Amino acid sequence: MPQGPGDSLLAVYDLCLERGGRELFRDLAFEVSPGQLLQVDGPNGAGKTSLLRILAGLSRYGFSGRVERRTPLLYLGHHPAVKALLTPRENLAWHVAGEAAYNDGQIEEALARVGLYGYEDVPSHALSAGQHRRVNLARLYLSHCPLWLLDEPFTAIDKGGVAELETLLVEHVGRGGAVVLTSHQVLRVACRVQVLSLTEGLLA
Amino acid sequence: MSAVAQAPGPARFCLVLLRRQLTLAVRRPIEIGNPLLFFAMVVALFPLGLGPAPDQLAGFAPGILWIIALLSNLLTSDTVFRSDFEDGSLEQLLLAPQPLFLSVLAYIGAHWLLTGLLLALVSPVFALMLNLSAPAVGVLVASLLLGTAVLSLVGGIGAALTVGLKRGGMLISLLILPFYMPVLIFGSAAVRNAVLGIPATPYLAIIAAMLCLAIALAPLAIAAGLRISVDA
Amino acid sequence: MWSFFHKLGSPPWLYRIAGTILRWLLPVTIVALCVGVTWGLLYTAPDFRQGNSYRIIYIHVPAAAVALAGYYVMAIAGAVSLIWKMKMADVAMKSCAPIGAALTFIALVTGSIWGKPTWGTWWVWDARITSMLILLFLYLGVVALYEAYDNKEAAGKACAVLTLVGMVNIPIIYKSVDWWYSLHQPASIKMTGDTTIDPSMLYPLLLMIASFYALFTCCLLMNMRAEILEREARTGWVKKLALGYRS
Repeated sequence: MPQGPGDSLLAVYDLCLERGGRELFRDLAFEVSPGQLLQVDGPNGAGKTSLLRILAGLSRYGFSGRVERRTPLLYLGHHPAVKALLTPRENLAWHVAGEAAYNDGQIEEALARVGLYGYEDVPSHALSAGQHRRVNLARLYLSHCPLWLLDEPFTAIDKGGVAELETLLVEHVGRGGAVVLTSHQVLRVACRVQVLSLTEGLLA
Repeated sequence: MSAVAQAPGPARFCLVLLRRQLTLAVRRPIEIGNPLLFFAMVVALFPLGLGPAPDQLAGFAPGILWIIALLSNLLTSDTVFRSDFEDGSLEQLLLAPQPLFLSVLAYIGAHWLLTGLLLALVSPVFALMLNLSAPAVGVLVASLLLGTAVLSLVGGIGAALTVGLKRGGMLISLLILPFYMPVLIFGSAAVRNAVLGIPATPYLAIIAAMLCLAIALAPLAIAAGLRISVDA
Repeated sequence: MWSFFHKLGSPPWLYRIAGTILRWLLPVTIVALCVGVTWGLLYTAPDFRQGNSYRIIYIHVPAAAVALAGYYVMAIAGAVSLIWKMKMADVAMKSCAPIGAALTFIALVTGSIWGKPTWGTWWVWDARITSMLILLFLYLGVVALYEAYDNKEAAGKACAVLTLVGMVNIPIIYKSVDWWYSLHQPASIKMTGDTTIDPSMLYPLLLMIASFYALFTCCLLMNMRAEILEREARTGWVKKLALGYRS
């Protein structure tokens, strides 16, 4: 399905990245359009995280090329951004990403979706690392951002959680959103997954 | 139903951040108490080092109190962004649609409320212990209220520039102590004037002017520093 | 104009042009320094109050003046690097800091040596000396911050922010130190303040100041060339250069 450049949520032109004198990728160019699920692939140290940080706008130098962000985006990085001294509810309600003001009902529903029903008002330091990641993933249920950039979203998540998350990604893509994620595991989803190889560019 | 329309406005977001920072601090009260305790202990060092003669201590009191306030502010500056950097909250803050300038002001405001304001409020006790004359105590509180706000803002610059470094603690003092000096000069001069019975308002006005300048410019430097630190 | 700006951003071009400038600026600087020193130390009359000890101004004053100017050069380079993301401005800024710190240190040491016969003590908390000391701290802070970062590009940006903060603060610091000094000391041991300087003493001083500026530029260019080579060590043109080709 060919699309004009105006429709895409994110466009990348001639991206080259060099770290410590080693070229990680060069002349990377692609667009992310609504309904697209893009998996960034490559071995450890290939620059997957660096690419996602460049796409999100967190990395602002050290690379050449141009990234056009045409829509609000949600970025989940390696760190869960969950404060141990706050409860999951407070973590989401006062989140520093400043996305929207959610009411209690929305937050409870999102926490229930990630399997934290009953943990809403438990201090987060009593939760496990996997549960911290789940609190962070609850943001996906709340978010209205069309574009999601997820860096290794399945880390420390159990099998059931992975399946839930995969369903969520498909739903989001079906609603006209787009997802760019890095992961080493093969996605079992009921929609087309495009693979972006950092060495070879966009694969079918 | 676009996300932009739903995002809270900058002022509201600042209040959320302020509330978040204050809640975090209140849940670990020892962190609030530490600078005050530090203040009290260093006050006790001076009579031990300089001798207990009351009038001699009174002569040095404006400088002593100001230097200690400065040091306890310095020691806490390092922590303003550190835990947020370590758990990834900082990168989320940088991606927030609200202007970083104001978000940073909220962080610094919370830091000032927890250190500068409290220090200023307890300082009369230590002023009396060092025999500072009564009329000077009011000026001391006023100068600390204004001055520590400048210190928090300037300290935030150092914190932002060193937050990504493992060993930032000592470095931050190297970076920002020179910028603390004007505040120290005018802060202690205001208190000394009050001791001598000369009006101290000109000095307070100068500190207030510095505060205005710091509010206008420091958040720019802090925001730039945070972007660099998160990127490094 | 724009092509010149673009060229400035190109490491090999900057490396080459800096070499060309150095080739004539370095000899001129050395000659000017020699002439200035001989003129100042041997061919001027002794001061009627300070005798021969005043001659240290021929080192002290130029070092102090250029040290302060160096901070502004550094801050301007920092601003350019932040605004236009020019890597070579980073290099210039980074290279300024140790030179500026060294000049400030020279100014402090010579001031201290001068102070001994003049005031009878090695160190006086005089407004200018205190300001110079703070300037030294500012320079050292930049050097320390640069060294603390592993990622040198981030280090450059962080130092650029710090120098800009410093540039805003230097006038405030200087003014407040002046004020502080006038509060605490009656103007009894004022330095050269309102005394006038005889033209026969002034001309060698001006020559020395000019040659210190030239010396600063030489050191800066040499430092920048070294830094460019280090940063570009993996690129083709540096490898060629190292293998002895003339580019």
